[in-house]
Amino acid sequence: MDKKLVLSALKKNAMLIVLVLVYLFFLILTHGGIFEPSSFTELINQNAYVYILGAGMLMCMLTGGNIDLSCGAFVCLISAIGGVFMILQGLGTGVSILLLLLIGVVYGCVLGFLIAYVHIPPWIATLAGYLSFRGLGTFILSSNSKTGSLAPFPADFRNLFYGRIFPTEKGVFNIPCFLFGIIAAAIVVLSVFSARRNRIKKGYEADTVKQAAIKSGISAAAIILVMTRMAMDGGIPTTLLWVAGIILIYSFITSKTTIGRHFYVVGGNIEAARLSGVNTKRIMFIAYLNMAVLTTIATMPVIARSNSAYANLGKNFEMDAISACVVGGVSASGGAGTVLGMVIGATLIGVINLGMSLISLDANYQRVVKGFVLLAAVVFDILSKKRAK
Amino acid sequence: MAKILLEMRNITKTFPGVKALDNVNFQVEEGEIHALVGENGAGKSTLMNVLSGIYPYGTYEGDIVYNGNVCKFNTIKDSEKLGIVIIHQELALVPEMTIGENMYLGNERGHKFAIDWNKTYSEADKYLKMVGLSESSKTLVKDIGTGKQQLVEIAKALAKQAKLLILDEPTSSLNEEDSRALLDLMLSFKKQGMTMIIISHKLNEVSYVADTITVVRDGATIETIDNSGQEPVSEERIIKGMVGREMTNRFPKRENVPIGDKMLEVTDWTVHHPLYPERKVVDGVSMYVRKGEVVGIYGLMGAGRTELAMSIFGQTYGTNISGSMKIDGKPVKIRKGADDAIRHKIAYVTEDRKGNGLVLSQSIKVNTSLAHLDAISSHTVIDGDKEYAVAEEYRDKLKIKTPTVEQLVGNLSGGNQQKVLLAKWMFAEPDIMLLDEPTRGIDVGAKYEIYCIINDLAAAGKCVVMISSELPEVLGMSDRIYIMNEGKFVGEMKAEDATQENIMALILKSGRGE
Repeated sequence: MDKKLVLSALKKNAMLIVLVLVYLFFLILTHGGIFEPSSFTELINQNAYVYILGAGMLMCMLTGGNIDLSCGAFVCLISAIGGVFMILQGLGTGVSILLLLLIGVVYGCVLGFLIAYVHIPPWIATLAGYLSFRGLGTFILSSNSKTGSLAPFPADFRNLFYGRIFPTEKGVFNIPCFLFGIIAAAIVVLSVFSARRNRIKKGYEADTVKQAAIKSGISAAAIILVMTRMAMDGGIPTTLLWVAGIILIYSFITSKTTIGRHFYVVGGNIEAARLSGVNTKRIMFIAYLNMAVLTTIATMPVIARSNSAYANLGKNFEMDAISACVVGGVSASGGAGTVLGMVIGATLIGVINLGMSLISLDANYQRVVKGFVLLAAVVFDILSKKRAK
Repeated sequence: MAKILLEMRNITKTFPGVKALDNVNFQVEEGEIHALVGENGAGKSTLMNVLSGIYPYGTYEGDIVYNGNVCKFNTIKDSEKLGIVIIHQELALVPEMTIGENMYLGNERGHKFAIDWNKTYSEADKYLKMVGLSESSKTLVKDIGTGKQQLVEIAKALAKQAKLLILDEPTSSLNEEDSRALLDLMLSFKKQGMTMIIISHKLNEVSYVADTITVVRDGATIETIDNSGQEPVSEERIIKGMVGREMTNRFPKRENVPIGDKMLEVTDWTVHHPLYPERKVVDGVSMYVRKGEVVGIYGLMGAGRTELAMSIFGQTYGTNISGSMKIDGKPVKIRKGADDAIRHKIAYVTEDRKGNGLVLSQSIKVNTSLAHLDAISSHTVIDGDKEYAVAEEYRDKLKIKTPTVEQLVGNLSGGNQQKVLLAKWMFAEPDIMLLDEPTRGIDVGAKYEIYCIINDLAAAGKCVVMISSELPEVLGMSDRIYIMNEGKFVGEMKAEDATQENIMALILKSGRGE
């Protein structure tokens, strides 16, 4: 019986296991390089945009496998405008961010209106942005700078999105970072057990103490491990807070709120949703408005990290976000998928990228390997689910 | 005694955790029409899937003996080669292709790399004539009605040189007229020596057409009834075998339900087709329903019944809707959209539970709460425990058979899906329930349970509109009956005055334009 439980747990978390295996693989290949403190910080900084765009793409895909092709190019455009605001005009960081968000909202409203109310297929509506935004961004950059790029961004902006909280020297153990990890781990354990107690009190089926302990123990251990490593690399990266905040908010929306529920039922059966009183057009509108706003937010850590706006910024970001969702088990036809799945998918892609650059594999080979690993991961996932049935 | 064409011996088929077929024995004589009846999930379709090779040899136990030879089918092609052709309940035609293309799909005429279209269409026409279809084989399938599409399926089967034709619920989406034509076609095939197996829930059709009736219950063949005598076997006799007990009353009585004031009143209601706005789908209909009353709307398919109900339900169908509506005596104007209708305490339970009723990829729990999420959430945050409790409550109340309310609705049988659909709308706490074909495609036992639910609703003072194309059901369940034809109400009767004959007479009369 116990064996069966373990087996079904393994099958349910197939992609998590793939992630661990791939990590171990690179651990050996990089002689522990991927376990260095700096690798942890790098992983989060390098992939912040995948998590943020992934959350937006998840919401779009839930409504029926719809995607946004324009987000990568929109990152380029926003970065160019942001460069003009902050570097050339010298507007304050707060004002600039607000203005950029406003632009995101305007684009989101236009896109959402076209898709939800004019019924333009999403991939066509966003293809226009995909084609034109990079051109527009490049035009802004080249007409404002001889080199075709704008740099550097103001220090307070960079600190906000690419800094450290309570920074310490590298190699010195950062106590706030460690404490943060302990607190987060404690919250996870407490919430698992209190949910369990609640279910038992109301007479519903609940995990055994052992199951709950294993479940929460693994997550808590992982959190503490990551935070302890990061503590050796100068403290909590601000990027981590932005990403964690967005992940938590969207987990909550998708799993606990009525509007999140509406996204799932619209993707599951749009006619049934409409006849049950769901405003299906509004859901489609919100999906793309939300995507545009998240794209604007995702641009911030990207330009803070690169410290310049240039024409190739944001290239293939849309594909990274879509891959993270698909690898994370989000249904390509809509109606199914979780934020947690997307996070695991994004992390897997991030680990592969980081691992390969640590062993300094040729960039072209990197693409080849990435393509095949992603395919293999999804095949593994589908096969294990089939078996589980 | 005629020759035995097919014998299935000791067939046992197990799915993980369930024994779908348990030692089934089944014999079909050459040249007969053999009906297979049983409740949903009894194992009829599984048996036919074993026969046609959908479940390949080796995945079941037992033998299939066809024409004296033991057969080991690995794919559906193997059984088709021997002339065993199955026509599934859900039509498998490609709407955007012609009839001819559809008939030879996967079985193309001509060379492997060059389809011979002349041959395709001329052969297709030949078979179409055999089934009595006058359409050209170059007509697109989407341009013909369901009745004709069913005939195309049969022509397609004939084109495969069928010797043993299996029809799974062939009349489930046909109106009475088309159904009768189809059954007569089967009888004429029989005269030409074809052997047929028909699976059907409609017992009057079974006793009309079949020579032998085999009853399947809980994965086993219970009995075989001979129906070749002069007097057809009574429906009650068959039902007794299907449910394992005597069903003395197919329609539960409503006792002492007081009928109150008019709850819903619609006057001069006209609805136009959304794509062809000049066409009136519902034409000047006036009706009312009182509290505690069950009102039947009877009409053939395409009479405008669904369109009437959906246009009342927040204009979810149609354009240019005119007419006035009163709820509880007060004139109301419902804005476009189901949400406003739900706010006015109207519910529309669709006829097409899979198409626009349920989200099959979601759990019973999610489907139950969908139309009334506000009741289980505060400030848009869903209370998961409350939701679970509500789903459990309705599972209990409506006797939905499932291990847990977390079960996906797509995995349930038709009858249980229908109950989930009803649960969703009962949880929305409506005063007015528009039920569209509430018992379509579900078995006798589940039908009875649905009728009981309808009676409970009426007893609770709700007003119920029941749209149905099954006359016995309308006669058995309604207090009052409206008869609809071609978008108009052509008659209104009290239940005690209504008979099958005078309702059909009204429809025929209006059809002739008198």
